Amino acid sequence: MSKKVSVATCSLAGCFGCHMSLLDIDERILDLLQLVEFNRSPINDIKHIEGMADVGLIEGGVCNAENFHVLKEFREHCKILVSMGECAITGGIPSMRNHFTLKDCLEEGYIRGVGIENAHIPNDPEIPLLTDKVYPCHEVVKIDYFLPGCPPSADAIWHFLTELIAGRDPSLPTELIKYD
Amino acid sequence: MSSTKLSHLEVVRPIVEKYAKDPNALLQILIEVQEILHCVPKDVQDYISKELFGKSRVRVPAVISFYSFLSEQYLGEYVVHFADNIIEQMLGNRELAARLCSKLGVKIGKVRNDGRVSVHFTSCIGMSDQAPAILVNGRTIPKLTPEKVDVIAQSITAQMPVERWPESLFVVEDNIRRSDVLFRRKIEPGSAIKACLDRAKAAHAPVALDEQLSPLPSDSDKTGLDHAAQETLAEMYRSDLRGRGGAGFKAAIKWETARDKKGSSRYVLCNADEGEPGTFKDRVLLQNYADMVFEGMTVCGFTIKAKLGILYIRGEYRYMKEHLDAVLQKRREQNLLGEHILGSPFSFDIKIHWGAGAYVCGMETAMIESIEGKRGSPRKRWPLPVEWGYKGQPTVVNNVETYAGAAIVAVRGGSWFAQHGTMQSTGTKLFCVSGDCERPGIYEYPFGVSIREVLRDCGARNTQAVQISGPSGMMLPESEFDRLLAFEDVPSVGTVMIFDKSRDMFDVLHNFAKFFQHESCGLCTPCRVGTTLLVNILDKFKKGQGSALDLEEIKNISQLLKTFSHCGLGQTAQAPFMDALQKFRPIFDKRLKSKEFIPAFSLNAALEEARQLTGRTDPGAFIHEDIAEPAH
Amino acid sequence: MENTFSLDGKEIPFEPGQTVWDAAMAAGVYIPHLCHNPDYEPHSSCRLCTITVNGRPFAACTQPAVADQLVHNNTPELNAMRRTILQMLFVEGNHYCPSCEKSGNCKLQSSAYDLGMQDNHFPQLFPHREPDSSHPDVILDRDRCILCGLCVRVSRDVDKKSIFAIANRGIKSELIVNSPSGKLVDSKVSVDDEAMKVCPVGSLMIKRKGFEVPIGQRDYDKEPISVVSLRQFQGRKEGRHE
Repeated sequence: MSKKVSVATCSLAGCFGCHMSLLDIDERILDLLQLVEFNRSPINDIKHIEGMADVGLIEGGVCNAENFHVLKEFREHCKILVSMGECAITGGIPSMRNHFTLKDCLEEGYIRGVGIENAHIPNDPEIPLLTDKVYPCHEVVKIDYFLPGCPPSADAIWHFLTELIAGRDPSLPTELIKYD
Repeated sequence: MSSTKLSHLEVVRPIVEKYAKDPNALLQILIEVQEILHCVPKDVQDYISKELFGKSRVRVPAVISFYSFLSEQYLGEYVVHFADNIIEQMLGNRELAARLCSKLGVKIGKVRNDGRVSVHFTSCIGMSDQAPAILVNGRTIPKLTPEKVDVIAQSITAQMPVERWPESLFVVEDNIRRSDVLFRRKIEPGSAIKACLDRAKAAHAPVALDEQLSPLPSDSDKTGLDHAAQETLAEMYRSDLRGRGGAGFKAAIKWETARDKKGSSRYVLCNADEGEPGTFKDRVLLQNYADMVFEGMTVCGFTIKAKLGILYIRGEYRYMKEHLDAVLQKRREQNLLGEHILGSPFSFDIKIHWGAGAYVCGMETAMIESIEGKRGSPRKRWPLPVEWGYKGQPTVVNNVETYAGAAIVAVRGGSWFAQHGTMQSTGTKLFCVSGDCERPGIYEYPFGVSIREVLRDCGARNTQAVQISGPSGMMLPESEFDRLLAFEDVPSVGTVMIFDKSRDMFDVLHNFAKFFQHESCGLCTPCRVGTTLLVNILDKFKKGQGSALDLEEIKNISQLLKTFSHCGLGQTAQAPFMDALQKFRPIFDKRLKSKEFIPAFSLNAALEEARQLTGRTDPGAFIHEDIAEPAH
Repeated sequence: MENTFSLDGKEIPFEPGQTVWDAAMAAGVYIPHLCHNPDYEPHSSCRLCTITVNGRPFAACTQPAVADQLVHNNTPELNAMRRTILQMLFVEGNHYCPSCEKSGNCKLQSSAYDLGMQDNHFPQLFPHREPDSSHPDVILDRDRCILCGLCVRVSRDVDKKSIFAIANRGIKSELIVNSPSGKLVDSKVSVDDEAMKVCPVGSLMIKRKGFEVPIGQRDYDKEPISVVSLRQFQGRKEGRHE
């Protein structure tokens, strides 16, 4: 067991689409499980990385304080950190809010919007505080590899992981590079 | 201003008529409108569009937004521009700007609420030997002091027209510190042209025109002139005069190529854009030796058979307008310009075209575009201007100093000229010395003088570094001061900025980086984006957040700029970075926070807006550590 | 062949007056490009087509072919720098591929696929750029504009309308519209303009055409741009000679 590669995954400011795509490798996941064991991941609901992971897959960019803490934990506990999908790599759709001020966004959502009662911007300490902008992961921590796509196709994820685990250059062949 | 009584139409109509609705005159029209109205408002743009281009109104705003000194928004009755190159900063321009702004109650870059005044920063205005300097409504005030700032603030507050401000404010000095061939041997107006025509006589061909019988040059006249032109070209070859704009291309080759290319007409353009920060020799030449420059242009016109020469001069030198117009007028009266110069069949005139704040227009094809009234974006590389220049015709573009040299060559002969300087860099060169020295100003040396000699002559002490040829040139440490100022060693446009050991060369680099970002025309991807990315990386170092990875990034972007940029601006914008990395490495090292990755922004600061919006102060509302070290 | 030059070791024939780009494409060698469209005058602004000629870099789209010159195009060094050019274009604007109707037909995107670009590398600049959806038939999304100037040139030279121009300079450069309000709705733009057909990205789009071809079945979804581009270039050549 100990020779298996430990893989941790998380979804920050993303839609879980990349994780869906990961599961989309279908029956190959059985092959994959011969090679890897999942550390912290929404797939197994482990909340923190146990020990060190060999590979961390990050879905989504950084839009709040919690995202940052998770990303930091991954950087500190993963030997190889991978930005997976458009949101992690570029900020993606969530970063469309970067063209407005945070004030405008929150006031539109919680004060000026239609049908709002008891209008106020939520300030419960349980709610992660939003960053002024949505940031791609590589602007926050060092990222070792990028796996593009929205989401990356199951084939791309399969190719990437198997090549990486085999100790080869996991760069995608042209036909597997997609941004949509 | 009295102009406020005139309607916009009353202002713009006579200007447009004066230029006969010529689309090529667009920039000149806009400059004159800006000068009167202190803006080019929409209705004026519409009028100009209609008169010059018929339906298309898109070219006018495209041009206005390209040039720093043009503005759609009203800039106020008094428009103040502080030169902001590194020399100006070293001499306290920022403090003086703050003083003026505070006295006037105005913010940099913003028009005061009452619409009376605005204060801006601009790139170098060619006054580095008498910095800090400003432009007020286009007029130059050098050697600014806190006392002068107070006088200016009072004058503006009292609404005194700039024309009635104390004349002493506007005195621009020449500061000629060392003279050699060029400065010492001021040639008589007309002597270079006479020398050319005499070569025609020597060929036993008639050049004097018998106006009674033959109002047009006869074939035999032409033969004589052809011979004389050939002889002049031969002298130029003998002189081995190389372009003084920095690139050092041999003038004779340029002239001969333009002469031999097919065209319906040919043009002689003189580049007085002089936008390289720290450069001011063209100003001094045009102020004191304008005849010599125009003479050189005329000799070129004679040689390549052109009928028109154009002096392209930067808007920063607008204060010289009356002087230059007067010199040209006098030359026309002396029959040194115009029809049948000195009674010969050769006719040639020179007009002046003004720039409006765009460094890139110093690139010859960008300059030609600007003269054609367009945005100053460089053209595609081929064909070269000698084949496809102004209005698509063969065109010679040379620097002011090159034409002055050509006039000397015409009078004294090429061999005499070539005795000065070095084998590969003949003649003398004007050096613009500024920065940390006792006697900033213009120094004329034969090519091949060492940097150390220049530093000694100007009274520089404890010199840490010199920047040769402006930001696009070379940043050299003390170990290289024995290098020679010549094309074969340290080539330059003639700029020597001096930094003593009290200066932080990081600030110098940062200033240069922002300069290139501001002046990039935006045409090509590497320069448009790369110059901004480089500034952003330096900003990071400035905040003490630099990482070793950022140094690699600087190298990569620099390499791309150098190799992939469209024109010389982008290709050389990386030069100070590469020099600084190789020769002044400690300026980066002392700002290096880590070898590892460092974000360009503070995560905790990125939460500040949300903290304010929610009023939260709980521990979760703060991030204490911004760096995550990779696990290995 | 009398007139040939060497391109990555292959002898490429050319006719006098041809550019390196023209000759290479005609000979079946793809050179990446964005601001160039062979139907119009080259512009050499995007710099993606940079090659080396006898060791010196030039834009292939404007570089005249000269006999016996040694040209390099498809080298790891040049391709790495081309990738950097593309990354610069991606961070300079706002390119949300997943929500862009041009995805799959976009030359910026497909060039990036072709050159193996897997990330944007640089910090995003996230500029604020005003879209213009005022026109009933045409939309201008400045977020996606790469300032190639094709619409400017074609509208001016072919349509004779001069609808577009680049304003400002440097990183602040932007596309402006020729109309009193600056909006497309007040301009003379029409869906039939040639200028509407040349945008390499999704900046100028015709409305109500969205998703006529599903994502995944578009030009560059099926084949890389190098293949499509060469086929189009050669088809165009044959069409012209017929």
